[in-house]
Amino acid sequence: MSVNSADTAWLLVSAALVMLMTPGVALFYGGMVRRKSVLSTMMMSFAALAVVGIIWVLYGYSLSFGPDKAGIIGGLDWVVLGQVGQEPSAVYASTVPHLAFMIFQAMFAIITVALITGAVVERMKFSAILVFSVLWLTIVYCPVAHWVWGNGGWLAKLGVLDFAGGIVVHISAGVSALALVSLLGPRKSFLGREPMEPHNIPMVALGAGLLWFGWFGFNAGSALTSGGLATSAFVTTNISAAAAAFTWMMLSWRQRRPSLLGTVTGAIAGLAAITPAAGFVPPLAGIPIGIVAAVICYYCMLFRMRRGIDESLDVWAVHGMGGTWGILATGIFASIAVNSAGADGLIFGNAMQFARQLLAVVVVWAFAFVGTWVLGKIVDATMGLRVSPTEETVGLDISQHGEGAYGGQLR
Amino acid sequence: MKKIEAIIREEKLESVKRVLEENGYFGLTVSEVNGRGRQKGLSLQWRVGEYRVDFLPKLKIEVVILDEDVSKISHAIANSARTGEMGDGKIFVLPLDNAVRIRTGEDGDNAI
Repeated sequence: MSVNSADTAWLLVSAALVMLMTPGVALFYGGMVRRKSVLSTMMMSFAALAVVGIIWVLYGYSLSFGPDKAGIIGGLDWVVLGQVGQEPSAVYASTVPHLAFMIFQAMFAIITVALITGAVVERMKFSAILVFSVLWLTIVYCPVAHWVWGNGGWLAKLGVLDFAGGIVVHISAGVSALALVSLLGPRKSFLGREPMEPHNIPMVALGAGLLWFGWFGFNAGSALTSGGLATSAFVTTNISAAAAAFTWMMLSWRQRRPSLLGTVTGAIAGLAAITPAAGFVPPLAGIPIGIVAAVICYYCMLFRMRRGIDESLDVWAVHGMGGTWGILATGIFASIAVNSAGADGLIFGNAMQFARQLLAVVVVWAFAFVGTWVLGKIVDATMGLRVSPTEETVGLDISQHGEGAYGGQLR
Repeated sequence: MKKIEAIIREEKLESVKRVLEENGYFGLTVSEVNGRGRQKGLSLQWRVGEYRVDFLPKLKIEVVILDEDVSKISHAIANSARTGEMGDGKIFVLPLDNAVRIRTGEDGDNAI
């Protein structure tokens, strides 16, 4: 096994693209909250970059990808990057330095933690978010990543297909968001039915643009090589994003007017859904996958609101349900002709693949929900999850960070 | 002297300014304000569904005038700011004790 320059270059660029998605999430979420909490919302994403970036190299990577222990978790052989160097790994991405694969995976862990924070904006204590993030990464993310992607992981051995993280990133983030909110409760203003106007929609659009851009690294980079498969995943990704953005645009138009906020939300839903499928399905499958993703996520968001649940920025509706649909869609549209390491799906006569995908969805939904709920309970009992009512009224920017977003009004 | 505070539509600033000029009042203060009247705001689109914005952006014009001009000016402002639709705004007339021109120290009607 030797290092291939082209593959290494593409994977490093992809890692950088995925890194940029987390600031993208910061902008995407930051624009949707009220102006008194924009900094705290963005800070939650940047904190993931700061905290997970360290945890990952200390032990997160080893727990996720280290030598397998009973299909459940990685061993500790690779903590503090022991045995992870410039030579390729024996089992992962055999044409690039092991370090390149490690840092590419680091960016996935970071953005998954950042995604969850969209559920808890404007009321969760910053210190509690930090502690929860470390616990969650260790207890929920690392095992799930190992099951699905680790060499010897039990879902991987079962033949479950998740190209770039429909389960590992989107279902785990979306379902965990819902579990965390069930403990945290709604914002006071949500309860009081006060108008909560998104304070900067251009910022949301900029964040969505960065996410769409970074997603090429996320999905096409997950080919781990720079040839035809990466290209196919790249094309499929763009098709699904476009199809879902267009569908949401039409849904909002049918309701009233074609909304920008809705259109960019649709794009993210389409991107989340195509994530597990990108490298397994024919590119044009991106059209049905994207259209259905937008419809499912749209109605899940309506359902969430009608139930009066303040899962504030719809991590569950967009990422959880988009990812769930994507995993099932992979079981429908996957084709050996696209990726010989994949499988045929339902429409190519292999119903078993669909059943495997469904099993993985059920298992990870349950594990992520229960795991997050328990961790959230622990944090709540020891340090508390919420800021005080006064701090919430003042806004988290001032109360948690001592900063104001838009100063200089008078001088 | 009296102070007029007129809450008007943003797009009516130019016509109100013009009618004040025509009546000899060049000095005025304009601020961006938010408020509501009987109309109670409007609804905008969220990612799905809608949310209600109960305070709408308006402009507030403050101008100080002579007592004898009160009726003329308030009607001139009203006529120039009117569309006939809901949300045209309101005009308030307030008594005023005094005014001082900072540069010269003149006060009373001479300072207007």
